Amino acid sequence: MADPLQPLPEPVRKDPQKKTRSALVPPLARSRLGMRLGAQAARGRFHLQHCDSCEFIVWPPREACPSCLSDLQWRAADPHGRLIAETTLETSPELYFRERVPWRVGTVKLASGVPVMAHLHAHCRVGDRVELRLFLDKADRAVFMAFADTNSPDLREDIQLRELTNDPRHRRVLITDARSPAGVALAAAMTDAGAKTVFAGVAESWKRDAAIERLEGMNRVSVVPLDLTDTRSVEELCGEIGGKVDILVHNAEHVRPGGVMTGRGIADAKQLHDKLVFGFMRLAENFGPVMRSRGADGVNSATAWVNLLSVYAHANWPAYGQHSAAHAAALSLAQCLRGEMLGSGVRVINTFAGPLEQDWHDSVLPPKVTPERLARDIVAGLLAGQQDLYIGDVARDVAERFEDDAKLLEMELAGGGQ
Amino acid sequence: MTSKKPQADTIRLLADLATNLVSGDVQVVDLTHRLDPDFPIIVLPPEFGQCAPFRMEEISRYDERGPAWHWHNISLGEHAGTHFDAPIHWISGRDLPNNTTDTLPVQKLVGQVCVIDCEAESDADDDYEMNVAKITAFEAAHGMIPPQSWVLMRTGWSRRSGADYINLQADGAHSPGPDAAAIRFLVEERDIIGFGTETVGTDSGQGAHSDPPYPAHYILHGAGRYGLQCLANLDKLPPTGAVLFAAPLKIRQGTGSPLRALALVP
Repeated sequence: MADPLQPLPEPVRKDPQKKTRSALVPPLARSRLGMRLGAQAARGRFHLQHCDSCEFIVWPPREACPSCLSDLQWRAADPHGRLIAETTLETSPELYFRERVPWRVGTVKLASGVPVMAHLHAHCRVGDRVELRLFLDKADRAVFMAFADTNSPDLREDIQLRELTNDPRHRRVLITDARSPAGVALAAAMTDAGAKTVFAGVAESWKRDAAIERLEGMNRVSVVPLDLTDTRSVEELCGEIGGKVDILVHNAEHVRPGGVMTGRGIADAKQLHDKLVFGFMRLAENFGPVMRSRGADGVNSATAWVNLLSVYAHANWPAYGQHSAAHAAALSLAQCLRGEMLGSGVRVINTFAGPLEQDWHDSVLPPKVTPERLARDIVAGLLAGQQDLYIGDVARDVAERFEDDAKLLEMELAGGGQ
Repeated sequence: MTSKKPQADTIRLLADLATNLVSGDVQVVDLTHRLDPDFPIIVLPPEFGQCAPFRMEEISRYDERGPAWHWHNISLGEHAGTHFDAPIHWISGRDLPNNTTDTLPVQKLVGQVCVIDCEAESDADDDYEMNVAKITAFEAAHGMIPPQSWVLMRTGWSRRSGADYINLQADGAHSPGPDAAAIRFLVEERDIIGFGTETVGTDSGQGAHSDPPYPAHYILHGAGRYGLQCLANLDKLPPTGAVLFAAPLKIRQGTGSPLRALALVP
C-alpha cells in the first residue's frame, strides 16, 4: 500500500509581480485514427480496436488488422492490466512537459496482451495490477492514465490526474442561472466537491424568491447579478470577477412548449434565443478570452466551460420545437467555442439532458432528470475529465439513436416519439 | 384643421413662456426614469407573453466597426420604463377611433395637470386604493379638477427601487392605485385626458382582483383616455397649475410607448 499523497497545496494569492504562466499544451498532432481514440475518450468510453477475425485487440490504432487485414471495430475493452515498466521524465523537449517535470509514465500490459504507454497515478508501482482510463489531455487529445486503486480517498490529490480532469476543488465556479432548481443544486454540489467559491448568477434581483434565499444561506456561495439577456450586465460581472472564474457552468434554460407553426410567436422565440443563443455569445465574448488566458494559472487555473444543453439539440423534438432549435444553435456555438479554446487548457464540456423535473416539463411523462441528479453528474463529469456527458435515461437513449442513425431518430421524433 | 390667424394675446403668451423658460421662472421637471435594463417591468404569469425589458447593443464605438462614431441598437417593449398607454392597449378600447400612438390627437398630449398627494396613505399601506372621497377632498383644498386635464396619483413609489418597487409577494405585486369608482368618477364626472401613476401600472398591484379586473386600464381606455406609468418626481409638481407634456413615439398601430414625460412648473 502506497503512502497517502500530500494534499494539494491551497492556492495562494498571486504575486502581482510575477507573470501568469502561459497556457502551453501537450503535442496536438494525431492521425485521424488517433483522433478517433480521442472521440471515445471525450465520451468517457474505454473503446479500443478489435479484429473480429483474429479476436485481437489492436494497438496503436490502425486502418486494418496487421495480421489478417480485416476491418477493425471500436468496442469496449477490458481496461485492466499490469504495470510492467515505469520511468520518471526529468526533462522534455516538449514545452508543456518541460514546465511540469518530474512526470511519471509507464508501460501497462493489458489483459489482452497489448502494451500501452500511460501516465501514472502516484500510487502505481511496477508489478501492480492497474486500471487504465482514457482521458483527453490539455490539448483535447487521448491519453491513458493508470490507477492502482480508483477508489483511494486521496485519488484527487495527484497532480498528474488534476492536469487531465477539471476538478472543482480549490476552484471558483460561476453558475450562470443559479436561481433555477438546477442552479441551486449545482451550487450545493460544487461546494460539496470542494469549490472555493461559487458565484451564483441571478437575473432580475428585484424578483425575490426562495431560491435566492437558499443561495444566500449557503457557505462559500456569493450571489452576483447576471442577466444573460443584457450585454452590459454580462460585461459588468466579467469586469468584476472574470479573472477569478475557473469553471463556468452555463446552465441557463428557457423551456417553453411549442413548435414553428404552432408555437407562441416570434416575440416569445426571440426571448428564448436571446437567453440561450445570444446569452451564450455574451458569455463567450466576455468570459471566454480571460478564461483562455488563465489555462495554466496554477492549482486553480481556469479549467472548464460547461454547457447544459437539451439532447434535442441533436434532432428536433417538435413538441418543444423552438426550444430544440435554440439548443441546436447553442450546441453549434459550443462547438465553435471548443475550437477557439483549443490550446488554452480550458475544456469546453457539453452536458446533454432530456426533460428536466421542472414546471415547464410538467406534461411530459417520466423519466425526467432531477436537479440533484443533474448537478451530481456534472460534478462527476468534471472529475472524469469528460467532454460530452449524457445525463439520464432519455438523453442516453436519444444519443444512442442519434449515433446509430440520425435520420431514423429525426423520423421517430417527427412521428410523435420522444 | 383650417389655419386661423393667431391672436395677438396667444402670440404674447408663448413669447412670455419662452422668456420665462430662459429665465428659469418656469421650470421644466423631468417625470421620467432612466431607461435601464434593470428597471422592473410588469410581471405576468410566465405562460403569458412578456414585455421585453430595455436592452442596448453597441453598433460601433470609434472602432473598426465605425471609426469616428458611437451608436447603439436598442430594443424594448412598448410598455417598458416610463411609458404611455394608448386606448388600444386594452380590450375595452380596441374599437375606438384614433386609439393608437400614431393616430391619437396630439392636442391632448399637452395639458394642465392635477397631482393628488397619496404619499401618507401609500406609506401606511402598500395596497392603498385611492377612492372618490380622496378626490373630492383634493378638490375641496385645490379646486375642482378642470375638464380635459391630466390627473396624476402621487405615492412616493418612484423613490423605491428594485424588489421594493415591484414589491412581489407569493400572491402577486403589492402597490397602490385607484379604485374602480375613482377612475369612473375622473372619466365620467371630470372628463380627464388621462391618468398617471408612479407605479409599474395605472392599476394597483392587486388590480387583477378588482371588479372589473384592472379597473384603471379597463375604464380609462374604454373611454378613449390615456395612461402614464412609472412616473418620477411627482413631488416636484404643485397640486395644480403645472402643464404636462406626454407624447408617445409615433409607432404605427402602437399600443403605447416609452416617453420623456416633462412638466412645466411655475
